[in-house]
Amino acid sequence: MGLGAEANLGDSIITTKLDSAINWARSYSLWPMAFGTACCGIEFMSVAASRYDISRFGAEVVRFSPRQADLLIVAGTITYKQAPVLKKIWDQMCEPKWVISMGACACSGGFYDNYTTLQGIDEIIPVDEYIAGCPPRPEAVLDAIMRIQERAQDESIIKDRVKEYKGILDA
Amino acid sequence: MLKPDMLIDAKDIKSTITKLKNEQDYTILLDVTAIDYLQYPDVTPSRFAVIYILRTSNFKKQLTVKAYVDDKTLEVDSITDLYYAANWGERETFDQYGIRFKGHPNLKRVLNHHQFVGHPLRKDYEVTKGQICTETEDLMDEMIPLLKSKGYKDVDLEDLMLLNVGPSHPASHGTIRNFVAMEGETIKACVTEIGYLHRGFEKACETHNYSQVIPYTDRLNYCSAMLNNIGYCKTIEEMLGVDITPRAKMIRIIIGELSRLTDHIVCNAANMVDLGGLTNFWYIFAPRDKAYDLFSKLTGARLTNSYTRIGGLEFDLYDGFAQDLEDVLKDVEKALDDSLSLIEHNKIFHDRTQDVGVIDANFALDAGITGPNLRAAGVAFDLRKDAPYYGYENFDFDVVVGSHGDVYDRMMCRFEEMRQSMKIIRQAMKELPDGPINAEHPAILLPSKKDVYGNIEGLMNQFKLTFEGIKVPKGEYYSATEGANGELGFYAVSDGSGTPYKVKCRPPCYYALGGYAKIVEGGMLADAVVTMASMNFIAGEFDR
Repeated sequence: MGLGAEANLGDSIITTKLDSAINWARSYSLWPMAFGTACCGIEFMSVAASRYDISRFGAEVVRFSPRQADLLIVAGTITYKQAPVLKKIWDQMCEPKWVISMGACACSGGFYDNYTTLQGIDEIIPVDEYIAGCPPRPEAVLDAIMRIQERAQDESIIKDRVKEYKGILDA
Repeated sequence: MLKPDMLIDAKDIKSTITKLKNEQDYTILLDVTAIDYLQYPDVTPSRFAVIYILRTSNFKKQLTVKAYVDDKTLEVDSITDLYYAANWGERETFDQYGIRFKGHPNLKRVLNHHQFVGHPLRKDYEVTKGQICTETEDLMDEMIPLLKSKGYKDVDLEDLMLLNVGPSHPASHGTIRNFVAMEGETIKACVTEIGYLHRGFEKACETHNYSQVIPYTDRLNYCSAMLNNIGYCKTIEEMLGVDITPRAKMIRIIIGELSRLTDHIVCNAANMVDLGGLTNFWYIFAPRDKAYDLFSKLTGARLTNSYTRIGGLEFDLYDGFAQDLEDVLKDVEKALDDSLSLIEHNKIFHDRTQDVGVIDANFALDAGITGPNLRAAGVAFDLRKDAPYYGYENFDFDVVVGSHGDVYDRMMCRFEEMRQSMKIIRQAMKELPDGPINAEHPAILLPSKKDVYGNIEGLMNQFKLTFEGIKVPKGEYYSATEGANGELGFYAVSDGSGTPYKVKCRPPCYYALGGYAKIVEGGMLADAVVTMASMNFIAGEFDR
């Protein structure tokens, strides 16, 4: 005995496009890998905590394991010392994968225009969504997650995503 | 002119500091740094000088010792055998300035990556010249001698499991890398590597004017940004000889204690997540968000508030602040009760935290550990009591002291310190004086908009302050406040212009983390995780 829709539908079959079905599933079950290094990481904790509650978007399974995640959220400053680490994590994530660059530092180096800070993570990995702010408010992070969901809805699963990207750490 | 307390000859460093330690009770090394006088307007005996900041064992007095370094050798004696804290302090000075410390057991870079060429804090190093790092360090150069010093032979090494915890690890709280050698689940040796969030705070200070540095101090310890604002502004105000208004002092106390509250909340909430208790996190993170609402209303930002100004504050309290504050405090109180009710009588919690990650009081002092981590080890040191500022001496509150220095003590100290902070806030609200929030001082504080648009003096004043910054008299000075994690000090050097010649931050976490490897050796890996969480390492602070 089912409840809700399946009770009404009984044994019927629903036809849809493979893209729609898979993209629908993907977009509402994002598994973020939070790469929190600094202040933005603390704000990401707020996004996950009770008030903002990232689980309303089906993205609460915060995995710190790149191989289990499909959404990389880079929250915080990336230094040149950290860059190879971040690149390795991105490399280890399986396709399909998306990247959110959270906050001024990750997007552009922020006001750390100096000898140690990478001037934006898009120098080493491709980025899908940028969030402005230093640090951004939790609502802005949720907004970016919704934009990723829209992207995920629009793509075709038979086509490879970003392939032509080449960053400064790619030989 | 502000000068360091002692100027000595470089060859006397070791003997003088030994004497200070043994005879005058300067048993705590707070910080080591250097100054590069290349662009300084005055002629100095040599290009570099090293600075040692010391404190007496009763925490009442601090002392700055300076010695000019011979230009040809760029070498001074290491004092690592006198203070454990000197190990990382000297490494950082070497890394940033290229001054070698003779006799240092392991003089290598600590903040910059190993492929980095040159020394970034030298005045002739260009601020924007970044250097790409392509590979991470294997750290075997530190691990193998460490294991050999513990009696391991080459053949034994294969039986050990070498494991990286970090730099990106959910349990490492920020970007810290601990490289451990394990026998089963026991850590036999640990090497800590940092620098993954080194954002060049000190170099940035040298390219921005005094007021522009304030937003950078926010991002040192982003869990209690306003305590950093206060520490920095207090240093510069003391250099300027400016006394801020009674109202500004009281508001700084209120806001500072509220920041301490949020900082301790993050530490304990995250610690309990590491222990597997997510419910606590939900319980005590909710009132923290309410405190952030109050901060947003007051300063316009949640985390990075930049609330203080040199000479005062950016805004006065808003209407209805007292009620909002009381609501926050009530919520925090309830959350503390809720959270404690879950763990107070919980056997698993007690087993996981008691007698785990013990910090011996003597070692803590030797390593330069301050703040709640030191107090948990049974040493009643608090700058708010021992070297009070802003009238802390008039408040009725207790220094919270532990007995054993384990994870349990550190957590409970923080819980109790939150209650003490609330006590201070309530007293301060009762005593809050009326009056202006900014000192009357046209050379320091921007004029009112009415004057900027209304008369030429106001307009010129605005221009001068905006373009040239606040002119701080020539000299060098160290000042410290009680940050959320311990003694937060700033050593500032001024050449008389509107831009700091040098600002060295003495972050409490840096020295705590320097001692971490010693603390976890011999314990279990799972215990190392909670030990780290309980010591509240903030990457922005130790890496700067």
